[in-house]
Amino acid sequence: MDVVNQLQRQFIDYSASLHREGFLDDQFTQLQKLQDDNSPDFVVEVASLFFEDCEKLINNMARALEQQQGVDFKQVDASVHQLKGSSSSIGAMRVKDVCIAFRSFCEAQNREGCLRCLQQVTHEYSLLKNKLQTLFRVHITTCSY
Amino acid sequence: MRTTEKIDGYDLSTSDTEEVHVLAVDDSLVDRKVIERLLRISSCKVTAVDSGRRALQYLGLDEEIQKKETNGFDGLKVDLIITDYCMPGMTGYELLKKVKESSAFREIPVVIMSSENVIARIDRCLEKGAEDFIVKPVKLSDVKRIIDYTTTELREGEQRGARARRRGINKRKQREGDDDLSSSPPSTLSSSTSSSPSSSIQSATAPLSPSTLDSPTRRLKMTSSE
Repeated sequence: MDVVNQLQRQFIDYSASLHREGFLDDQFTQLQKLQDDNSPDFVVEVASLFFEDCEKLINNMARALEQQQGVDFKQVDASVHQLKGSSSSIGAMRVKDVCIAFRSFCEAQNREGCLRCLQQVTHEYSLLKNKLQTLFRVHITTCSY
Repeated sequence: MRTTEKIDGYDLSTSDTEEVHVLAVDDSLVDRKVIERLLRISSCKVTAVDSGRRALQYLGLDEEIQKKETNGFDGLKVDLIITDYCMPGMTGYELLKKVKESSAFREIPVVIMSSENVIARIDRCLEKGAEDFIVKPVKLSDVKRIIDYTTTELREGEQRGARARRRGINKRKQREGDDDLSSSPPSTLSSSTSSSPSSSIQSATAPLSPSTLDSPTRRLKMTSSE
């Protein structure tokens, strides 16, 4: 079926560009390999869990950084550490890289730096979410043939 | 000969077709989902919990929960524990210690996962008796490697137990000239053959010094061959 081939090529091309642009790294490829007929939506499911995690953790960080009485940097760092972990596990390279910088600012107890990183991480997460949703739409369409 | 066939027909190993049952411990939902999939693809049964405390509860080791059964198992026998290092409450290291300090469960191999590749941390875990240390993100090759040698150790354990049973049976035959194998086994037989292969991998749990490691992040336990 020509349409399926086209879609598959689209998927591969788009997936490749996400890798090239640094949104995804090899770990994402590893997860794609774990998908099969028994578990056809594995990557979508993991990604969904990741996005839920992101939202929760970003909220935690924002709340902690808003504290006027004094920021608990350990608390912020704990959330960043978790986000770094899950982004690493899914292959979300750009999110992970921001987290690494974020942790340094937490260690330095630098509120401004932390706020900048929070902005960046939110931005990267939104970008990735959009791109993965596009990727999954192509995947789901391909599978429905 | 009839007796030989009986010995050969004796059910020596039931574990060849049984899957390895892994208890996976990680506070991250994403990581739990990934490790569960990695283990299932490697043909394991998986029980995933989100904390060290829950892991101990599952094993029946939680002091606050009374053991109702004699062996304290809540569920299936656990063949392997894979745990994250950094967890709130009880760390993977603390869980490792509790498992290794327990007489009932110290033989269960424990693998530590960590996003941080810190030599001191790795050494500390290995010295406490960890089977292996995986740096996250976990890949299929990591899991396959661990399951491979866990399966080998389990199978060798069963084979050792089976050989011991055969020796025990032969000895008894020599003594009594008794063909009947249905009478109760003599006390020389290892009692561990009916439960986990704990006594047969005892040698594997003795911690190796860092100088004997292939690499800081990996150490294959070599079981002693007979």
